[in-house]
Amino acid sequence: MNSIMIAVGAYGIGILIGIGGAFGKLYGGPVTRDLLELYTTLVRAIPELVLILLLYFAGTDLINRLLEALGQQRIDINGLVAGICVLGFVQGAYATEVIRGAILAIPQGQIEAARAYGMSPLLMLRRITLPAMLPFAIPGLANLWLIATKDTALLAIVGFNELTQETRTAASTTKAYFTFFLAAGALYLMITLFSNVIISRIEKWARRGMPSGAH
Amino acid sequence: MGAARHAVGGALMSGSAISGLVDRSARASLWLQPHRIVLMLIGVGLVVSAAVFMRWDWIPNYYGLALQGIWRTLWILAVTVVLGFLLAIPIGLVQVTGPRWLAWLAYSFCTVIRGTPLLLQLWFLYYGLGSLFPQFPWIRESWLWPYLRQAWPYAVLSLTISYAAYEGEVMRGAFAGVARGQLEAARAFGMSRWKVFRRIWLPQAVYRALPTLTGETVLQLKATPLVATITVVDIYAVASKVRQETFIVYEPLLLLALIYLCITGILVFAFRKLEARIPNRLG
Repeated sequence: MNSIMIAVGAYGIGILIGIGGAFGKLYGGPVTRDLLELYTTLVRAIPELVLILLLYFAGTDLINRLLEALGQQRIDINGLVAGICVLGFVQGAYATEVIRGAILAIPQGQIEAARAYGMSPLLMLRRITLPAMLPFAIPGLANLWLIATKDTALLAIVGFNELTQETRTAASTTKAYFTFFLAAGALYLMITLFSNVIISRIEKWARRGMPSGAH
Repeated sequence: MGAARHAVGGALMSGSAISGLVDRSARASLWLQPHRIVLMLIGVGLVVSAAVFMRWDWIPNYYGLALQGIWRTLWILAVTVVLGFLLAIPIGLVQVTGPRWLAWLAYSFCTVIRGTPLLLQLWFLYYGLGSLFPQFPWIRESWLWPYLRQAWPYAVLSLTISYAAYEGEVMRGAFAGVARGQLEAARAFGMSRWKVFRRIWLPQAVYRALPTLTGETVLQLKATPLVATITVVDIYAVASKVRQETFIVYEPLLLLALIYLCITGILVFAFRKLEARIPNRLG
């Protein structure tokens, strides 16, 4: 069940980066804005596979060099953690765009009202912006979750033991390729269908209190 | 930089005076703000230092192979996008007007393909089906066998299926989104059903689907390196080969990323040109 753990972890990191990135893009200074634009454009234009390879090798190498420069021991970075971080970084770029769009969709008056009440930016984020943008962001974020579960398969190529890689190993030892791939496909499909049910529940919950068909 | 700032001020003044007359050079100087110039200088510095300090001496040896790889990537992309789009039209259409069982079939096809990773589908077709075929003598004797033994038919097949499923979903929305009145008007003109489809329904649906089509095609480009895992030599496979043979870790990957960036840029630009040619007044 490594696949699900990676997907959940990467998705969580992705959303955190997304929230930060969206705020940076909307309210940050010109330099922050340009840098974030560069980040989202680059990550979304380069294939995930290439990014995973680049970040996987470059990331572990950089951390080790940094540790050596500080006079520490080299550490062996856990494949699971590296996978989560790399996929989270990729997801973050997509989440940034989704959340930015969702925040822009909030009626401006709500944010102005919050400011007029004298809320601090953090309080406003927690009480107004995040809950108000949720209904607009959920379709995009749901898509991202489904992409995250499927992107875990890509980690098979860097030799990480998740569902797809395990399947191939099992299939090649037993020579029953057809059966094993069919079973793995069914598992992925079940994750997707199950997620769809949960997502529609969450969407209903996030839309509570909104006039139907108002968006 | 002083000139740039002056131009910014000029642009603002002319903007307040006659808002429609922000000319081209002023817009360029608005875009070229001081911090952007600094960022660009840093970027150029990074590129130059990468070109000077990193190892690029392997490029002449692999030049031909790399060009072949790019060609193969583009070829696979073009073939699968065209075939996938042709498949997506009926998939979308039967979900809107087709009989119940056909609509259900198309819907479950889309769900299954979109619910499983492309890598798994690719390996399923190549290793799974590929391992089943040799068991049947009549397949081995048929004219298809020379093709079935190679990797690329599986790559093209699985990428086509995947594109068809994603795009079929888009086309379903596009077909459903064409205004009913237009189709009724066409019927009232006495057009046959086929003619209505050809002249009214399909063109309007394609117009609607075009913006998403750009995104889907870029996603498809980003899916092509997966075919390297089943021994099709595309540009990604060439980069991996370079890394394995020369033990250079980063440079081939960076160049690979740059190549994909360029292809994406060209694709987006081409689709934007195409979109600009389409009339905006849609019903």
